Amino acid sequence: MMHEQAVIVGGGPAGLAAALRLREKGVKDILILEREHKPGGILRQCIHDGFGLMRFGESLSGPEYAQRFIDRVEEAGIRCITDCTVLDITHDKLVTAVSRNLGLLQIQADAVLLTMGCRERTRGALATPGTRPAGVYTAGVAQSYINLQNVMVGREIVILGSGDIGLIMARRLTLEGAHVKGVYEVQPYPSGLPRNIEQCLNDYHIPLHLSHTVVDIRGRERLTSVVVAQCDERFRPIPGTEEEIPCDTLILSVGLIPENELSLAAGVELDARTRGAFVDEHYQTGVPGIFAAGNVLHVHDLVDFVSLEAEALADSAAEYLLCGSLPECSLEVKAGSNVGHVIPQRFSATRSFTLSLRVRQPLKDVSIVVRQGEKEVLRKKMRKALPAEMIQLPIKAEKLIPGVELEVSAE
Amino acid sequence: MQTSDVIIIGGGVVGSAIARELTRYRLKVTVLEKESDVCTQTSGRNTGMLHAGFLYKTGSLKARCCVEGNREFDQVARELDVPFKRTGKLIVGFTEEHRQRLLAMIERGRANGVPGMELIDRKRMDEIDPSAGGNFAIYCPTSGILDPFIYTIALAENAVKNGARYHLYTEVTGHDRLEDGRHVLHTGKGDFACRWVINSAGLHSAEISEMLGIPGYVIQPVKGEYFVLDKKAGAFAKIPVYPAPTERNTFDTHATPTVDGNVLVGPNSFNVTDGEDYSVRQVGMDGLQESGARMFKHMRREYYIRTFAGARPKRIDPATGEIQDFLIECRDDVPGVINLVGIESPGLTSALPIARRVVGLLREREELLPNPDFDPVRKGIVRFHEASREEQARLVAADPDYGEIVCRCETVTRAEIRQAIHNPLGVSTVNGIKVRTRASMGRCQGGYCETRITAMIREELGRAVTDVRLTNGDSAMFTGYVKGGEQA
Repeated sequence: MMHEQAVIVGGGPAGLAAALRLREKGVKDILILEREHKPGGILRQCIHDGFGLMRFGESLSGPEYAQRFIDRVEEAGIRCITDCTVLDITHDKLVTAVSRNLGLLQIQADAVLLTMGCRERTRGALATPGTRPAGVYTAGVAQSYINLQNVMVGREIVILGSGDIGLIMARRLTLEGAHVKGVYEVQPYPSGLPRNIEQCLNDYHIPLHLSHTVVDIRGRERLTSVVVAQCDERFRPIPGTEEEIPCDTLILSVGLIPENELSLAAGVELDARTRGAFVDEHYQTGVPGIFAAGNVLHVHDLVDFVSLEAEALADSAAEYLLCGSLPECSLEVKAGSNVGHVIPQRFSATRSFTLSLRVRQPLKDVSIVVRQGEKEVLRKKMRKALPAEMIQLPIKAEKLIPGVELEVSAE
Repeated sequence: MQTSDVIIIGGGVVGSAIARELTRYRLKVTVLEKESDVCTQTSGRNTGMLHAGFLYKTGSLKARCCVEGNREFDQVARELDVPFKRTGKLIVGFTEEHRQRLLAMIERGRANGVPGMELIDRKRMDEIDPSAGGNFAIYCPTSGILDPFIYTIALAENAVKNGARYHLYTEVTGHDRLEDGRHVLHTGKGDFACRWVINSAGLHSAEISEMLGIPGYVIQPVKGEYFVLDKKAGAFAKIPVYPAPTERNTFDTHATPTVDGNVLVGPNSFNVTDGEDYSVRQVGMDGLQESGARMFKHMRREYYIRTFAGARPKRIDPATGEIQDFLIECRDDVPGVINLVGIESPGLTSALPIARRVVGLLREREELLPNPDFDPVRKGIVRFHEASREEQARLVAADPDYGEIVCRCETVTRAEIRQAIHNPLGVSTVNGIKVRTRASMGRCQGGYCETRITAMIREELGRAVTDVRLTNGDSAMFTGYVKGGEQA
């Protein structure tokens, strides 16, 4: 059996950033386990630009953004085992993994960093009616085929859902000569970022149909058409508004789900709202020594935030490893009115930390208010707040009252 | 023209069981299957139940074949390496009327030779499975669950091992007789001649019967829709839970664990004209959600991972519409034909008993010499996920492909996918790999592994990119390369 101070599960943007920061903080034994042939995670297939604007002040492609971290990880001599899938993590931080070259590995870790990212919601989870022909792809799968395998998934395209990957794929497919007939979104507002609506749809005259969904999928072998319908405010299709659209491909961009199967195996409790772990201000889960950050914790809009969050996690994990423990966080952070979820869900009231949240629906001229009881800790005025955009607020320790819960609301 | 002793039309579970049983004798056996694989229709689109046999009229073929098939299945599953669990079953009731029907069902079960059925109270139900709905229940210990894909595949593979030939994508479109009485079957892939034709065409058995010279049968396809639930829901489901039968002695929606740990909720039941329309309807799913929740307390939306539909080919009396027994016949006025019509539920349980009856009919008409090389044993692909840690380490040491996880949700390795791609039947579809390995059957539904599986199909079989298919017919996955992609 091997022993490591820190085992990092997943060598995507979160895992790489966490590894580097751990090393900077003086942690020696760090091991990244990556199931793909190369580190970089989902960025490897994101060949469009727009990454790193915040962090590096320039617009990079996904692979370029990842490479900056990969180079530094290599320079720092941090070990990364690729082609290696983690099979199990126990509550006691025993990690079992398998690789074609190394066989079955058992690693006892002092700390485990969960950075597995997320997966896509599928048609099965939506329970969309109809047949099951070829030609129905999630946006990320289509992106992988096109960008990593150079194969084309179809010619006449309908996209369901306005998540960012779906928008990126609308543009990508158009550039490859496919005809994207429209993007249909069940909500009355887009779920992707405004800049992607502008650059991926409007610039290419691809129509976005809000409050619409796909109510039938047709074709026995390859997809032949979908039926779309307008939806009411409770997302129910309105009878009589159905329209059949001939197409050979349906791309689904209907949400991302943090990939927490290993976390559950380790006994980590999940938040039903984020579908990621409950964490405290140190990004520590309910299991001591197991930390989580990035898309495995809550789905981010920008990779720059993933890197930052992973670095904050690493600061705490380094302290845990070098000092043996972290301050107790027994106070709850509550999502108040108009707030979908908050990270972290627990805090100590003794230290500063970053609060991440998303609003439930688009809001104009709104204040994000953080309170402890009656006391206002922070108020941030925003001209608009969108569910597509993560909001982050620095919470200063000196503003906090000991022993009182926090509530965040958008008013 | 290819010549055989026996041609079986339809390679489903019954056709494949017949093929396998016939290879016990010195016969040249050919199976013509119109689809891409042996389990794409009724044989793969069902609950995967090993039925006990209490539902069917005493003395009927359905009752006799089912009880016989149930009794021998432990051995069959061992011989053919089929995932199987004898779970028992609960048939639950809420009202006094239900109780009366359940008592009548126990009586029928006894008459049919089903052992060990008893009426139990809620307390016993809680001991067996607290997530089951209902106030009381029949407990039937002999019911079980099996993997219907693997069972069908195993029968077919064992038949092939013992000399049978399978032709996929080969639809029978016409029939003629030669002067010597032999048959010629016309297909899209040429003509096939034989002395015996066995009609095991399932949903199309009435059409094939008529083509062979026996008109007058009517098949009513009865469709059912299902939900597949995540293994997280499966953790709560220990035993199949069926509702008390309806007045017409049929079952409404039930909740059944699968051998792999998922839960199936369904089927509903309605007549259709086109048995091969496997689309699922919104109204059907809404109904399943409601009725499923009565049987299974953990029927929640967050557990949905897939829906599917299947159709039972019921033979009905054309005059009354009444559902008929299995039909297995060999008529003197239509020589060289063994005709199977209306093989529906419990066809999965009854497949081998039906096959033995077919062999019996053949044997009455000609002498069959035993095949000295017949081997009843078939080994499936060794599954990494089911192996102990020590076995896993040995598997990877012997074959490094066992160390590469391709499907993360179901922990399926490259070695298993590779073996599935080179399967004995020559199935090359993405769906064929799926049912053989479980890759992409998990909660991400291929989000991680599908790109890897299609790449492996292309590599291992040297397929062009436009020649990778999802399932039946022209279900091409790709339209070609991206700009300049051929060179990459």
